[in-house]
Amino acid sequence: MAEATIDNTAVADGDEGGVRRRDFIEIAAVSFGGVGALATLYPLISQMAPSKDVLAESSTEVDISAIQPGQAVKAVFRKQPLFVRRLTEKEIAAANAVDVGSLRDPKTLAEMTKEGHEDMLITMGVCTHLGCVPLGAGEGEVKGEFGGYFCPCHGSHYDTAARIRKGPAPTNLEVPEYEYTSDTTVKVG
Amino acid sequence: MSFPWANHYQPTNPLMKWMDEKLPLPRFVYNAIGAGYPVPRNLNYWWNFGVLAGFCLMIQIVTGIILAMHYAPNALVAFDSTEHIMRDVNWGWMMRYAHANGASAFFVVVYTHIFRGFLFSSYKAPREMIWLLGVVIFLLMMATAFMGYVLPWGQMSFWGAKVITGLFGAIPLVGEPLQVWLLGGFAPDNAALNRFFSLHFLLPFVILGVVILHIWALHIPGSSNPTGVEVKQESDTVPFHPYYTAKDGFGLAAFLVIYTAFVFFMPNALGHPDNYIPANPLSTPAHIVPEWYFWPFYAILRAFTFDFFFVPAKLLGVLAMFAAILVWFFLPWLDTSPVRSARYRPLLRKFIWFGFVPCMAALFYLGGAPAEEPYVMFSQLAAAYYFAHFLIILPIVSMIEKTKPLPNSITDAVLAKNGEAAAE
Ligand code: FES
Repeated sequence: MAEATIDNTAVADGDEGGVRRRDFIEIAAVSFGGVGALATLYPLISQMAPSKDVLAESSTEVDISAIQPGQAVKAVFRKQPLFVRRLTEKEIAAANAVDVGSLRDPKTLAEMTKEGHEDMLITMGVCTHLGCVPLGAGEGEVKGEFGGYFCPCHGSHYDTAARIRKGPAPTNLEVPEYEYTSDTTVKVG
Repeated sequence: MSFPWANHYQPTNPLMKWMDEKLPLPRFVYNAIGAGYPVPRNLNYWWNFGVLAGFCLMIQIVTGIILAMHYAPNALVAFDSTEHIMRDVNWGWMMRYAHANGASAFFVVVYTHIFRGFLFSSYKAPREMIWLLGVVIFLLMMATAFMGYVLPWGQMSFWGAKVITGLFGAIPLVGEPLQVWLLGGFAPDNAALNRFFSLHFLLPFVILGVVILHIWALHIPGSSNPTGVEVKQESDTVPFHPYYTAKDGFGLAAFLVIYTAFVFFMPNALGHPDNYIPANPLSTPAHIVPEWYFWPFYAILRAFTFDFFFVPAKLLGVLAMFAAILVWFFLPWLDTSPVRSARYRPLLRKFIWFGFVPCMAALFYLGGAPAEEPYVMFSQLAAAYYFAHFLIILPIVSMIEKTKPLPNSITDAVLAKNGEAAAE
């Protein structure tokens, strides 16, 4: 009786060329299960990414007509502060006088602004170090050693073209994507 | 360890006998923290802090579950619901102050517990696993505490969340997408607050699980002791109950005096007033600081203001901050001395008390100080010393040090000390 069972198994396994039917079933089952598990993991991870409503709030319009030279406003873009600043002659001259090659993140003022609007400096108000809002856009706030922005959290100094000059921040303030929809309005995002 | 002379659990009443047959839970407790666990007879008050840490975890879980009954994790109402707890809920103010100061108390106790490990080299074989699990618990505690501090949704909550999640942004390539994924948005908002609440509720139970592993691992070799000499004979030990339940009970009473003094008389002494201002994404408080228990690591983070070999300062700071804790994982192998207790290691003892302790004190102070000179320079010096202690001083000292002679056994050490006292 026992012998008969063993024989049956040998036949059922189809022991030809070293590949048994059971090997095939095992590999197929594990692969199928593995793919299924990965497919299940995807929604579990993806649910944490920004939801549709968060993504929907992704553009903002700013009216720049009332901003005087030397003045700045804070707008909100994607729930984060946006600095819109009209530079004075002196600030523009100071920004252009810098040797670009010596900067940590080399950009000219022209590269930080749009053609024809070199006096409008539009950047995120988010320090590139760890994300604090730098000072310098509000009335009477300190502007740091280079007259632009100063982040009080860990002491990053930005110049009048929002370029990083001193402190731990790795890059200049981020320039978001934006365009002039008219001479006085900017659409950000 | 169950030494051969350990007391045996012998239930006498029929109910306990029945219980012992069906589910021997009382037996388990008896052997773990009862009379069935033989413990070195010479433990001093440094050894109270493990039990105290367990007690703090219980305070946090109980008050935390109560707070969750009244709190609403939504960016629109989170701040108000916290104030609702403070003003309207019966005893709500007490629950919240007990929870907030409970976190501080937990860290005081755990830092002391870890320092005991440094002083008596508790991390050495055969107790490496206990130590490694302990470091895991500490990391989990930091994550839990951070997320808990975000929940009231005040200014410090918001900006703390922003700065700490910003740390992930420093990782090359995947940093920024990772940060957005963690927050569920481009800045901390409702999505982040909700998930932090969920995880803040979950993690304490994960901690509880690792604590159980920590105690399990402890019971394999048994407790260490101030001489660092292993237990050799029955006269070296006493049963945990009643000897150490009594000693821990006394320590617990002393702890409670201090803890309740904070809860009832100066509940905001360790907090930051800015956290009573609702979160405002458009204005950063002039001086962002985390809670005091993160200061040493925050000081190390801020010490890196310069790029080094193409690694940007920001990434360096983040790596250094994590490395400052991860280096603890390697302690059992960095310290090669055959002697455990600093009592018999005069050189190490000096380096701990006159080098490492002042260095930690400095880091604690500097992490809370503004990011200006001269604080930045001092943070750099202290951070350098911190790493030097573990990576240079400890390995070298443990190789060259001439240790003092060890007592033959715990009993000998105790009797010698008593003999001296009697002779005086
Ligand atoms: S966040 Fe601005 S300097 Fe750190």
